[in-house]
Amino acid sequence: MASAYDYDDSSARHAPSDASYDPTFVPDSVKTFVAHLYRHIRDKNVFETHQMYEGGFHRLSDRMFRESPWPPVEAIAPYVDNDHVFCLLYREMWFRHLYARLSPTGRQRVESWDNYCSLFGVVLHGVVNMQLPNQWLWDMVDEFVYQFQSYCQYRSKLMNKTEEELQLLRQNDQAWNVYGVLNYLQALVEKSNIIQILEREKEGLEQFTATDGYDYGDGSNVLKMLGYYSMVGLLRVHCLLGDYHTGLKCFAPIDISQQGVYTIVIGSHISAIYHYGFANLMMRRYVDAIREFNKILLYILKFKHYHDKSPQFDQILKKNEQMYALLAVCLSLCPQTKMVDENVSTQLKEKYGDKMLRMQRYDDEAYAVYDELFSYACPKFITPSAPVLDEPLTNRNQDAYRLQLKLFLLEVKQQQLLSGLRSFLKLYSTISIGKLATYMEVDEATLRSLLSTYKHKMHAVDTDGSIISNADLNFYINEDIIHVVESKSEKRYGDYFLRQILKFEDIISTLDRVKFD
Amino acid sequence: MARDREASQSPQQQYTVEQLVAVNPYNPDILSDLENYVNEQVSVTNQTYSLDANLCLLRLYQFEPEHMNIQIVAWILIKALMAMPAPDFSLCLFLIPEQVQMEEQFKTLIVLSHYLETARFRQFWDEAAKNRSTLEVIPGFEQAIQAYAIHILSLTYHKVPRPVLAEAINLEGPSLDKFLEYQVANCGWALENSTGRSPLIVLPRNEFNHPELKKNTEDSMPLDHVAGIFPILG
Repeated sequence: MASAYDYDDSSARHAPSDASYDPTFVPDSVKTFVAHLYRHIRDKNVFETHQMYEGGFHRLSDRMFRESPWPPVEAIAPYVDNDHVFCLLYREMWFRHLYARLSPTGRQRVESWDNYCSLFGVVLHGVVNMQLPNQWLWDMVDEFVYQFQSYCQYRSKLMNKTEEELQLLRQNDQAWNVYGVLNYLQALVEKSNIIQILEREKEGLEQFTATDGYDYGDGSNVLKMLGYYSMVGLLRVHCLLGDYHTGLKCFAPIDISQQGVYTIVIGSHISAIYHYGFANLMMRRYVDAIREFNKILLYILKFKHYHDKSPQFDQILKKNEQMYALLAVCLSLCPQTKMVDENVSTQLKEKYGDKMLRMQRYDDEAYAVYDELFSYACPKFITPSAPVLDEPLTNRNQDAYRLQLKLFLLEVKQQQLLSGLRSFLKLYSTISIGKLATYMEVDEATLRSLLSTYKHKMHAVDTDGSIISNADLNFYINEDIIHVVESKSEKRYGDYFLRQILKFEDIISTLDRVKFD
Repeated sequence: MARDREASQSPQQQYTVEQLVAVNPYNPDILSDLENYVNEQVSVTNQTYSLDANLCLLRLYQFEPEHMNIQIVAWILIKALMAMPAPDFSLCLFLIPEQVQMEEQFKTLIVLSHYLETARFRQFWDEAAKNRSTLEVIPGFEQAIQAYAIHILSLTYHKVPRPVLAEAINLEGPSLDKFLEYQVANCGWALENSTGRSPLIVLPRNEFNHPELKKNTEDSMPLDHVAGIFPILG
């Protein structure tokens, strides 16, 4: 985001300096656009609504509103029967466009919050019978969380604020309040009954995934999908707060080992897996993080060209790069390289091969690389509490990030000697503690601690008490002798044969269809 | 491990703390209930623990730092140490502002956690002894750390030399003998005395200190992969 947040009530300053410019002027193309969009929504024509939302809106933005906001809602209301809900939806898009292309003023930030309150209020307490595209509903939740994060950054940078801006912060202490944000997301999850719907689906009593969350009867998908996406939103907010355990708990009703609705919209897919992987990394569940990063990076590798025209394409590429960095970190702490697909592995080597080598060392340089990759790839952590506005004004927007970084590097430090231990253990099937201690230039007690540290860091205990192993190599100690268990990398023939059988079947059926004259 | 146990068995309470947290995950009004619950966790009679409830309380402190009770935070961290090998201690630290972590009592707890995380038990017990007044008031502290030490040893060792065990669980002489007697009778431990060397303790076999016990999941194939060829077979 741009860093200049001027206090400015009129948004017209972004408009061309042409004196005849009138912010309330509605060009014909916009009139047609809103009228059609309104009609398609009323007709429950999801396909056309989606076309206009994804295509039309961005085309018009590119053509006419590159550097100025869309016409205010009051100006377009007459063309859509002054429809209350449509106006709320329009304003939501209006603010989203403003955040993406211009820099919102303090007041606009507060107004956008008010608009979300009204919009979610209607969804939660009113009767909504629309059918909106999943992409749009995801964007709403995603933008809501983004603007919250952006507001937290904005209000924790106090040093260059004008008196007016400070006054505005004082007056609007409820705007983007963390309780408000979390409770809206939570209310959407609860009111939508989405958790029960997913439970019932598992028992075959309900369809959700099969219809992509749409309701083809008389119903509406709006509350249901907002509730569904709010689980991804909650995961993200909790990651921003450093509460990884609670984040994963909020996300748990979505079973990511199965094909799910969250994968339909690529933004939701990426956000879900990025935060899931990051939370698992911070909780030392490296195998879970590696598995999911690998899956989605492979997916992006295969399908990214479908999105190169999409307005989210830059965002996709950025998250893609960040996830490679996180994967590099995970694999350096837990070298489960055989879990990573060949194509992903090639990309990873190209991007981070050199850095990964440096992370294996146990000196300050390794440290610096961990620091660099973490800082590049971590979420934008926030301080959720209200700023202190009276004291000498300070900037506290880096506090949350610095704390998470410090604690992460402490974890790295605790594991610093493990990579050296690994490289020795790989060479032996048995070795005595005394001998290995000499090789590693430590005393025996330190080596015993190191061996136990390896076991501790590479094994997690699940909530049911069972032990989950992340270990890349296995060993045990009998008195003074370390026995290393060779992990045979056996080929998995089963999968290979299955794929070939299907392939041949395909060829045979193609041949069957060939007609000779 | 019995984490997240029932909050309270007392019948006069309508909700358990877990239920309270589940219904009000973001409600500042339950702050005092959660603080009372931390008091209960460190009381002699109850010795309960819930990570979810404690994280919820730390979250409320994070949102409104002016309500933070330092003593309660310290107890939460000690209870989190006792939950090792679970990563609860770091999960709590992630939510505690850095300037609070700089206070002396927290620095000590962070050092203690560091020793446990890196399996340096001798240093841990030495440091713990210096802070007896804060740690000993928490019932079950020693036993919880001993349980963690045993967990780590049984992931690492098949046969562990007696001095290594003694150092890890901070027991010696007759009290160690008594402890071993109990473990032999109840937990499948065995003693092995060999002449000229320190006695060995044989820990129960598991798939980590005896990797050949590991179930070979590599060979198996998930059903949905096989399901793909059902139509062809039929």
